Formats: sequence, structure tokens, C-alpha cells
Amino acid sequence: MTMLEAERLAITFGGVRAIDGVNISIASGQVFSIIGPNGSGKTTLLNLVSGIYTPHDGSIRLAGTTVTGLAPDQLARRGLSRTFQNLQIFSRMTALENVMVGRHRHERTGILADLLHLPSVKRQNEATAEAARAALARVGLADAAFRPAGSLAYGALKRLEIARALASEPTLLLLDEPAAGCNPVETRELDQVIRAVVKEGVTVVLVEHDMRLVMNISDRVHVLARGRTLAEGTPQEVRANAEVIEAYLGAHGLREAAHALD
Amino acid sequence: MSVRALLQSRWLPAVAVAAIVVVLPLLFPSMYYYRVAALVFIFALAVVGLNLLMGFAGQVSLGHAGFLGIGAYAVAIGPVHLGLPSWLCLLAGAAISGAVAFMVGRPILRLKGHYLAVATLGFGLLVAIVLTNEAGWTGGPDGMNVPTLALFGWRARGSGTWYWIAGLTFVVGFLLARNLMESPTGRALQAIHDSEIAACVLGIDVASKKLTIFIISAVYASVAGSYLALFNGLVTPDVAGFLRSIELVAMVVLGGMGSIFGSLVGAVVLVVLPQVLTIFHEYEQALLGLIVMVFMIFLRRGIVPSLAASFAGWRK
Repeated sequence: MTMLEAERLAITFGGVRAIDGVNISIASGQVFSIIGPNGSGKTTLLNLVSGIYTPHDGSIRLAGTTVTGLAPDQLARRGLSRTFQNLQIFSRMTALENVMVGRHRHERTGILADLLHLPSVKRQNEATAEAARAALARVGLADAAFRPAGSLAYGALKRLEIARALASEPTLLLLDEPAAGCNPVETRELDQVIRAVVKEGVTVVLVEHDMRLVMNISDRVHVLARGRTLAEGTPQEVRANAEVIEAYLGAHGLREAAHALD
Repeated sequence: MSVRALLQSRWLPAVAVAAIVVVLPLLFPSMYYYRVAALVFIFALAVVGLNLLMGFAGQVSLGHAGFLGIGAYAVAIGPVHLGLPSWLCLLAGAAISGAVAFMVGRPILRLKGHYLAVATLGFGLLVAIVLTNEAGWTGGPDGMNVPTLALFGWRARGSGTWYWIAGLTFVVGFLLARNLMESPTGRALQAIHDSEIAACVLGIDVASKKLTIFIISAVYASVAGSYLALFNGLVTPDVAGFLRSIELVAMVVLGGMGSIFGSLVGAVVLVVLPQVLTIFHEYEQALLGLIVMVFMIFLRRGIVPSLAASFAGWRK
């Protein structure tokens, strides 16, 4: 089954075609990575898919249903969740409360019940907290549950966002540079977390600069350059693609290209 | 419930506030103290509602006295012009305030920050102007008398009676607000405050949550407005004026944004302090301003959160 399908996606900002006629098709249960030089439109593409931007052209289908133009919260209720490249943490709340918010789409209480703290709300809160604790444990943050999120280190916040997204039990999970700022040990742990999530049947879209992670974990790799598709294929195919190497050469210089594609 | 269970219970803060309401009169040497304390609780009720909007959901309102005005004039116009019982008018006022908040909130809650502030400011001014100009109904700038609240032949008169009505209503309002904050809705609102975009991608309908809390805060203000009018026996358009709105915001910020108990503290300071400062005659307002500035400089997160933080630090 195709989890996510985008056709001829396009969006323009101030005359610049940030995404220009991109087609993607992601099979259910895959890890689909999007790579490309800075400014090539990777995050823009994620913002289009998650409903933060509305495409000026093209269409998006999620699990067979057309969802073009739906708001992010509507998409979230259909099982899409994501993390952010430049963290979007609820910094006044504890780590646990952050992840509890991730459970929102599974919570069923009304405003009157909430005001009166009816037994249903009490049960709901307990169930939500338990699921949130489990999600925190998955990313190794169980000990930080009651710490204010604002006091956590950068790497922990990256994982906190993943736990929050996982708590929503997504069918499609978009990760925007999850390994940025992670040391090699943390990146390996991240690799394990992603593999475990995929094993549960979640489809993962990964935007990432850490090529070792991308090449290890991906089923398909999609290469963007200046808002257009440069290449797509298995990690092996992409690694061997001369155009890709040139795109990196042009944008990053020789050393990074060698590092990225070795 | 054992004492230990009570001490660990989530009901403890509400029980503590209820205890304050019950014990406080033992310290009152005269009826005048009942009057000031009743005003404190009435304002604190409105401030709790505004704090839910500002402190938790992060949405400013510079026009909340508009809802105070709707509540106040509901218990004046209803009984005087329509012959309705005051208690029914109080409830009707709350319902009207909620409906107005719904209609006004839908377009203006899309705005953020300063733009929302100015839009709510406009709403407050609008209410005040309508109350001033519709003299046939409202008595114009001179206001109108408000008949006494009567329930089953019992008449709510005097500062002592109103102390208990306002105090107990505040306890209920305090409890409901705390309940709300520890619920799915409350978590969603706090999430919206910190990151609307993250709240949105987690499935929270941001616009509808903002509207919900705007309506709830309007109902709090409306009930407080009705109490104020019934207690004073007189209402003028000043109740809905800009200065009143600013006063409510100042109480929220002074007591502590996001602290429900802080709402009471903010109301205490800004209701009691002017009474105390009257001994300084013409310097009263200047001193009040100075004291508020000093509070904010040294307790910049508001009185309750700042003191709680330094107490936690000191205990370590």
C-alpha cells in the first residue's frame, strides 16, 4: 500500500520556486529519506506534506485519501506526526507533560468533564501519563520525566520531540534532521529507535544530513536540489549517481561530498 | 479522608483557599474589612478567568472589562426594565457574555500578540460606548441603580453577606480553573502558549481551543461583573472602561501569569493597596504605581511564581 503520495507539488515564496514539481510515492512501512544541500527545499517539502504550507499546485494523498489543503491538526488526526528541525518544545511544561500533549488525539473528554474533573478525566489523565512515560522510556528519557522541558539539553530535546510524536501513535512519522547536534552514540541510539518504530509498521520520512544514518536505514532516498527532484532510488543507486555527487560538490565542496557519500 | 491523604491531594489548594475564606473574618475588626475582602474576591474571580486566557493559553485581552460590563448591566437592566429576577439575569448575563465572546473571538483570536491586544481593546471600548450612549436602557454616563439580589424571599444585602457569596464563588471558580488546567484541554492550552505549530501538528484544533478558553474567561468576568453591580447597588459605564481592563491585566501579571492562586494575590494587592494608600492623599496613585513597579522589578514572574521559585531554591 502507498502511505504517502505527492504529485507535481509546487510552492512559490516571493517568486522563488521553493518546491517545483516534486513527485514522491512512499510505500507503507518504509524509511524514506530526503537529502539535498541546504536550501534545496527539504523542510519545505515536509511542511507541505504536514499541512503547514498549502501547495500552490499538485496534490497529496495520505493512505489513499486526498488530503491536499488540510490543516496540520486534521492531518494529525489521520495519523501524521512530525518533529521540527528547529525545536518546537513546550518549554514551560515538564518532559512528561510535553509527551502527554502528544496523546491529545487519543483523548476523549469534553470541556464540562474537564472543568468538573469527572472520573472519566481522572482515568484519561492516568492512561495518558502512562502512555507518555512509555514513549519517554523508548527514547531513553524516562529519568527526565518530571524535569521542566526548558532545562533539558539540546540532544535530549531532540529525543523529547520524537517521544512526543511517537506518543500520538502515528502511521506516518516525519523526522526533520533528528540527528543534528547528536554525538555518534546518540545517533546510533536514534537509528535503533527508528528501526523499532518501523518494525511496528510506522512509515518514516527522514530529512537528514548525517549520510551514514541515511544510507544505513533508508529503503529509498530522494535527492532534492533547488526545489526539484535530482534523483531517487535505493541508497546504493543514489550513492552511485554522478548527478548527486555533483550537486553536493557544487553546494558543499569536495570534502563534505566525500564524507557524505563515502 | 485522612490528613495525609488530604495533604497529598490535588484538592489541597482549593481546601486551603476555602479555609482562608472561612477563617479570614475572625481577623476583621469592622464591617469595612468585609467590604474590601468581598471586592477582592469579586475581582479575583474575574482575574482567574483572565489568567486562564493570558497565563495558560497565552492570549492577551485588553477588553475584558467589556464582559464585566455585560454582567453588571445584565443584573441592572433585566430587573429594572424587564422585571426579571436578578439571579436569572446573572445567568443570562453569563450566557450573553459567552455568546458575545464566541462571536467576537472567532475573528479576533486569529490575531496574535499586539494585534490581538488592540482588537480586544477595541471590543472593550465598544461595550463601554454602547453602555454610555444607550441612556434609555442604561442611564447613560450616570449609570443606574441595581435592585438587590433576592432568592426565595431572602435578600442579599450588606458587606457581610456579599463576603460569603463572593468568597464561596471564588473557591468554586478557583477549583474549576485548576481542574481545567489538569485536563486534556488544559494541557492543550498550555501547549498552544508555547508553540502553536507543535500543538497543531499534534492534532490540537488551536482556533477552537482558543475560542473555548476565551468564552470561559468571559463567563468568569461576567459573573464577577454581576456581583460587583449587585454588591454596589449601582452601576456606571466605568465598570466596562479601559482602566478596568488594564486593572484586570495588571492583577494577572502582578499575581503571576499561569498561577491560579496568583490571581487572588494580584487582586488582593490592587484592591487593598489603594485603600491603605489613601492615608497619603494626593500621592496615593503615584505610590501605587511605584509599588507595582518595584514588585515587577524584583518579582518579575509575578508574586506567586517568583516567591515559589525562590522558596524551592531555598529549601534545597
